[in-house]
Amino acid sequence: MLTKVHSGLDPAPGVWWKPAHKAEKVWVGIAFAWCMVLFAMMPLWHWKGGQNPSGIRRRVDPQKFFARTVEFATQYKIGEDRGIPIVAPPAGAEVYLTGMTYQWYPILQLQAGATYRLHMSSLDFNHGFSLYPMNVNFQVVPGYDYALQVTPTAAGDFRIICNEFCGIGHHTMVGRVIVVDGAGKPLADNAHAVIRDREAK
Amino acid sequence: MSTAAPAFPHRICPATGRVVAAAAEPLIKVNAVVAVVSLLIGAVAALLLVLTRWQAVHLLPAVWYYRILGVHGMNMLIFFIIYFEMAVLWFAGTILLNARPANPKLGWFSFGLMLAGTVLVEWAQWSGKADVLFTSYPPLQAHPLFYLGIILFAVGALTVTGLFFATLVIAKREQRYEGSVPLVVYGAVTAAIIAVITLLHGAIIYIPTFLWSIGLIKSIDPQIYRMIWWALGHSSQQINVAAMVAVWYMLSALTIGGVVLNEKVSRSAFVLYVLFISMASAHHLLVDPGFGPAWKIVNTSYFMYMAVLASMIHGFTVPAGMELGMRLRGYTDGLFGWLRRAPWGDPGFSALVFSVVVFGFVGGITGVTIGTEQINIIAHNTMRIPGHFHATVVSGTAMAFMGATYYLLPLVFQRKVAFWGLAKAQPYMFAIGMLLLSMGMTFAGSFGVPRRHWDISFSQALFDVQFNPAVDITLAVMGIGGILAVTGALSFIAIAVKSVFFGEKITTWETGKAIVGIPQGLTNPPVHVAHVDQLNDELHAESRGIAGATPGTLVLVAVFLLAFVVYYFTNWKLLSFLWKVG
Ligand code: HEM
Ligand SMILES: [Cu+2]
Ligand SMILES: [Cu+2]
Repeated sequence: MLTKVHSGLDPAPGVWWKPAHKAEKVWVGIAFAWCMVLFAMMPLWHWKGGQNPSGIRRRVDPQKFFARTVEFATQYKIGEDRGIPIVAPPAGAEVYLTGMTYQWYPILQLQAGATYRLHMSSLDFNHGFSLYPMNVNFQVVPGYDYALQVTPTAAGDFRIICNEFCGIGHHTMVGRVIVVDGAGKPLADNAHAVIRDREAK
Repeated sequence: MSTAAPAFPHRICPATGRVVAAAAEPLIKVNAVVAVVSLLIGAVAALLLVLTRWQAVHLLPAVWYYRILGVHGMNMLIFFIIYFEMAVLWFAGTILLNARPANPKLGWFSFGLMLAGTVLVEWAQWSGKADVLFTSYPPLQAHPLFYLGIILFAVGALTVTGLFFATLVIAKREQRYEGSVPLVVYGAVTAAIIAVITLLHGAIIYIPTFLWSIGLIKSIDPQIYRMIWWALGHSSQQINVAAMVAVWYMLSALTIGGVVLNEKVSRSAFVLYVLFISMASAHHLLVDPGFGPAWKIVNTSYFMYMAVLASMIHGFTVPAGMELGMRLRGYTDGLFGWLRRAPWGDPGFSALVFSVVVFGFVGGITGVTIGTEQINIIAHNTMRIPGHFHATVVSGTAMAFMGATYYLLPLVFQRKVAFWGLAKAQPYMFAIGMLLLSMGMTFAGSFGVPRRHWDISFSQALFDVQFNPAVDITLAVMGIGGILAVTGALSFIAIAVKSVFFGEKITTWETGKAIVGIPQGLTNPPVHVAHVDQLNDELHAESRGIAGATPGTLVLVAVFLLAFVVYYFTNWKLLSFLWKVG
């Protein structure tokens, strides 16, 4: 039984709870099934997939977190670039990264294929961890330690772009992550040009 | 429609025969006018932003880029959209029910509150006392009057929502209509219910933040702020969706005689919006440290993605209602004869079609995809995010509101639409521009270009970042699309202002004759064939099988689903190439 023909501007006839036409039922059925797929993919990826934003999450005092980062940086420091320590922790280490207006501290040097636990937090405002050119993004929130298991896949010279507005110097906030392969060299170095030119000065 | 003449001051609409309460009209008008003014500020800001994000142009200095970004967000997403929604509530509650507004005095007072709040916010933003963007994540702090302004605005909006419910009760009690409220009003009710939920979250978050800004509270937890703020921020998008869908049903009826296929299906879909909205803020927190995977998965999907289902249902019933409406008017040829022979020169109609198509194909698909827990890793805070919502709230909601305005001008303001030739072209400009802008942003974001960022050449940064050269192209597409869209928006504003303040008053009304400046849906109201119920039965005959009365729409939704599936799984594939993270 169809309701009498009417538009969305007309009051609906007394009883409008009428069975739908087959076409509508089929579409609702298909759409529902698709929604279940959308849902199922998320748990499935936790089980089978390699990229999940889970990690270990806990509250932390921003000052203490930064102190821990400094301690970590001193322990594994192997050099310096533009006044920021380059830190090479061993595979499997707990790695600390602090975002603050407007820099990422320290510079990390990781090995391709090795797994680390990367702790990220902020000393002041919200920041955004955006690993370039991988395009891996996480929110970095002051007062929260986000500890993610990460395994770099290939060597390269990466950047961390801050992609959460953190103040007027937000666009100057770029950090560096170096991933080396077995031979100890980054395979790609997208910093090349600028580093060369700055060294020339 | 109620036959008894109403006891309150009113006029009878010559085009539709509806009762237009005298007390309601000015409330609709004033909200619509302020909405357009906000749109003007937002659109000028938009132009400046586009010309800054287009790195080859890079117009504004850093401070002004961030400041104007805040101005654009507030004026567009909050002021323009919500003032217009207030107009929609007054319109749906009174004119669509032939009823009078509850307590118009309080209505004016609420409007005053909203206006006062708006002025405070504008002042704080323009004077540089609120350089915190519209999300104002603590510990970033703005001037207390910024938060106070938002609170006043929200209290005003909440009161209007309350008055809308009161108006419905009065309409029912005074028997202004028979049966159940029309579907369009039902959609508005949905929007209003969600508005209450949303605005309560707003109160929970803005009141403490205001107290913090004046020093009465020591600190605001940044993560809890993000959670509750987005319970406001995301739910309010569901208001926009519900209001937009209501406008879709309205424009469909007015422009081409679209019908409601099945009240049960459409109304149930609206109910799903209400039921599955409350913690949808999770979409915004998928890569935040404060929440575990179970919380994230449950709160984005409630196991079933029922809000998505609801939109997919409307995505079928709206075009199907249009198709059936056209077929019932005798346009029965082929699969798409109904579309080909539709009034594409009617800006109400073209706006409706673009709104449905861009919202669904671009906004909907990208939104569900990037709102997936893991896929968000490759989208969070990149340009993919503004790319997505300029296809939903802008190409969808704002476009639908623009289309509705072309009908409101003659119906409520009783003026002809000015610059009629421009008006016919306006939806095309705005929609095509927005589509380019959205796609440009989305692709730029896929290369990792961040949103809310002044300088992606990183000229002042410690380390260089060199984007793929393709990024220049995507940003140019965004830029050109943005300029076109702003031209469309400014045209709309020019048309609206000229019509309202200087437009030709419509005094007599003859149907059946095309008149420049009045959409054809009003001069030649769509009528169904005389034997409409019989034709309807024939179209739904068992023998026509699943294709039934709306075979064209079935094809369209099949294409939609295919695009959805392809886009969704492509993103999983891209994700799988990344570093292992967990
Ligand atoms: C008239 C055409 C429009 C153009 C060309 C435009 C363009 C832009 C641009 C370039 C951005 C900056 C993206 C970034 O740098 O992160 C932006 C942000 C935004 N736009 Fe629009 N926009 C338009 C209309 C609208 C409308 C009508 C709305 C809402 C209804 C809207 C809502 C927003 C919001 C909420 C943001 C984000 C602000 C933020 O990140 O704080 N826009 N828009
Ligand atoms: Cu930052
Ligand atoms: Cu930043």
